[in-house]
Amino acid sequence: MSISTTARALDLLQRAASSDLYYSFRSSKMVMLAALVSFIMIVGAAFSPILAPHNTLDLASISLIDSLTPPVWMEDGDARFLLGTDDQGRDMLSAIMHGARVSLFVGFASVIFAMVLGVTLGLISGYAGGFLDSFIMRAAEIQLSFPAILIALLIDGIFRGALDPKTHDELAVYVMILAIGLSFWVQYARTVRSSTLVEKGKEYVEAARVTGLPPFLIVFRHILPNVTGPLLVIATINLALAIITEATLSFLGVGVPPTEPSLGTLIRVGNDFLFSGEWWITIFPGIALAVLVLAVNLLGDWLRDALNPKLR
Amino acid sequence: MTLLKIDDLKVEFPGRHDTFVAVENIQLELEPGQIYGLVGESGAGKSTIGNAVIDLLEPPGRVAEGHIALDGTAIENLPYEKMRTIRGRRIGMIFQDPLTSLNPLYTVEYQLVETIQTHLKLSEVEATARAIELLGQVGIPEPEVRVKHYPHQFSGGMRQRVVIALALCGEPELIIADEPTTALDVSIQAQILELIRSLCKQRQVGMVIITHDMGVIADITDNVAVMYRGKIVEKGPTAKILSEPEHAYTKSLISAVPRADLRLNRFPMVNYIEGPEPTRSSFDVSTHWLGQARDFGASDGGALVRVESLSIKFVTQRSILPSRNKLFTAVDDVSFEIRDGETFGLVGESGSGKSTIARSIAGLYQPASGSIHFAGGNLTAIKDEKQLRPYRQQMQMIFQDPFSSLNSRMRVLDIVAEPIRFHKLASSRAEVVEIVEDLLEHVGLGRAAAKRFPHEFSGGQRQRISIARALATRPRFLICDEPTSALDVSIQAQILNLLKDLQDELGLTMLFISHDLPVIRQMCDRVAVMRHGKICEIAETEQLFEAPGHDYTRHLLDLMPKLENLSREGLDVADDDAAPRSQEQHH
Repeated sequence: MSISTTARALDLLQRAASSDLYYSFRSSKMVMLAALVSFIMIVGAAFSPILAPHNTLDLASISLIDSLTPPVWMEDGDARFLLGTDDQGRDMLSAIMHGARVSLFVGFASVIFAMVLGVTLGLISGYAGGFLDSFIMRAAEIQLSFPAILIALLIDGIFRGALDPKTHDELAVYVMILAIGLSFWVQYARTVRSSTLVEKGKEYVEAARVTGLPPFLIVFRHILPNVTGPLLVIATINLALAIITEATLSFLGVGVPPTEPSLGTLIRVGNDFLFSGEWWITIFPGIALAVLVLAVNLLGDWLRDALNPKLR
Repeated sequence: MTLLKIDDLKVEFPGRHDTFVAVENIQLELEPGQIYGLVGESGAGKSTIGNAVIDLLEPPGRVAEGHIALDGTAIENLPYEKMRTIRGRRIGMIFQDPLTSLNPLYTVEYQLVETIQTHLKLSEVEATARAIELLGQVGIPEPEVRVKHYPHQFSGGMRQRVVIALALCGEPELIIADEPTTALDVSIQAQILELIRSLCKQRQVGMVIITHDMGVIADITDNVAVMYRGKIVEKGPTAKILSEPEHAYTKSLISAVPRADLRLNRFPMVNYIEGPEPTRSSFDVSTHWLGQARDFGASDGGALVRVESLSIKFVTQRSILPSRNKLFTAVDDVSFEIRDGETFGLVGESGSGKSTIARSIAGLYQPASGSIHFAGGNLTAIKDEKQLRPYRQQMQMIFQDPFSSLNSRMRVLDIVAEPIRFHKLASSRAEVVEIVEDLLEHVGLGRAAAKRFPHEFSGGQRQRISIARALATRPRFLICDEPTSALDVSIQAQILNLLKDLQDELGLTMLFISHDLPVIRQMCDRVAVMRHGKICEIAETEQLFEAPGHDYTRHLLDLMPKLENLSREGLDVADDDAAPRSQEQHH
């Protein structure tokens, strides 16, 4: 690294440290806690193959003798299994870490998919206007009148019918991403469309038109960078929603297969044991899900307020 | 007794990093019936004084030192409830924008009666009668009928009259008017100023008027204080300040004011504001990239642009059948031509269609009928975008608002380079960078500007970037749509100088649009006066100002603020107007 890049990195750090965003971050303990929790959970999930104490995905390493061990602080607890084991002897802590990895992957991927789709359609709709605008926006409104979970169920159902069960199980995660992504694009499209309507009347867009730039370049080079502000906020809040939707679908049994359990799958499996006394199988994944969603939601809310000059 | 006495006032805005001192050492005295002007450029702190007096400082602003006394009693830093009995009752306020200072959900009657009953102990019926009387006094015809109307049913000027009536509700002793005519057309401005003056004298109300416009100051104030960077640099009787300014800032401010009564070759160097006027590069334009390919062939009978019976219509209400759409005619059967190498002015009030014409020449609006010829080609007949490109390249536009005309997410380099890259006017990346830096230097910004973002520049500097971008296609025709109306007067002088210099160097033809007649006089060779989408008169500039042919032109000229007896120190007058300058020698 040369001296100038070091200096530039230092300068960037300094500017970040003195920014209003960082100040508002530092002045709220709640937000710092939420950020810390999200960070720990995301790192724990992302590196679960290395960090998890057991590999629950490897059938050879689990033993039925260990099944239904309670958490370590209870009678009959086993030091190897911090949060106990499920009916097949899998370590709950490891299962939660692996499950959170699947949940977060589906969450992030579907948010990105929804964002790309929604932003593109919103830009086209806002800039082109006329028939195309009406068509896209009516489609968005029709979709808004159905609950997102229903749309996701419908899309998943179509794939279930079209693919044979084995292929479907292999592709289940991607079907999930598609289903959740398709049910969340509307919000991005509407937000981007309204910002585009504002931006396209500004003089820098007219200047680009006077230069002779084709609409495609004007939209993606000039308007797009100017409408991205609110997207980060929507994306953060949507991430929490996407994780919940995935968990709900998996809980209903139409999500990812039990061989690759997500948090929702774990909760569903544990649900069968709830009334026979083995509460830890469902409660711990449930707590993990709730804490993750809450932390991400808190971050999203804070980001929305911190970036909104009217609320300062 | 002195009505308003401000003594050693200091207002500061404490921030997270440091405390910003908005105004300091302010001394001001105002007698009843007097109009006191506060003049200065944006950021000088003139509005802050007005807001401090009426206790409307944006938090966290506060009066840090000094005293404000109304009729002998101190009113600075009063508790909220106490201040409430003074604000509106003893001090009235007139805001800048009449479109936003009235609540659109309530009738004028409701808003007036509410204010009257808050301050005076009157019954509903008496208050209503009082409201009607006030509307009559501010010159609204049929006040009994109009009082029932909502704000949107009034025009801008009428709305400002309502705002003035609202300020008079509590029968205040003092009125603070913050840029009361800035949002209005020149003809409305004259009426409103006349109204303000007569109300002040009649009711013996003291008035502080805050403005950036020397014309307004000259028109109605008795005394004036000139502000610069939070301090009063000079104050005294208006006539004396305007004719014999003493402070260097006042002098440069006055010399930058465009005159309607004489034409200058160039505005004097203004070197008090924003540091010295930036130095421009002095490379030989004829051998530089910018000067190459300037031979556009023979011109078309002397006219570069020919507009023939142009009409432009906008759809106001869409119907299923296109033939039944409701249309608004913005430009109605307009014809004119712009000769090669001249500056052609379009002048008119807002809504007269002057910007619409410019935008349709630039290809932003499609005309409903008529044709636009440019450099021998009929632009309206060419439908293929690719065939239009060579024409687009020769024609560029400079916009009004320097804050929205640059993409804030792009570096200046990319903003200026975009037309060069798009039209493939340079062969390599390095050459593009070289050309952009040359251009930036040529408009007086310096080569380092390329690496920065637009928000790092002031309004005047941004307008220079805009000009550099317009030059980047090597145009022969430049459309300037109110290029200086968003700028302070001294910055305006610099930008107008720059445009004049560029025109001389590059032989540009310009279409110059403005609502400001003095600016038109400084810039244009010929002028068209527009009203309601039609051209009233086209004439040589000198002829238009000396002997206007059309009634409306005469009317516009009459309404211009009278700036007689302004100091002429240091002016470079264009005509053989030597007599006033020799008089100047006596001072």
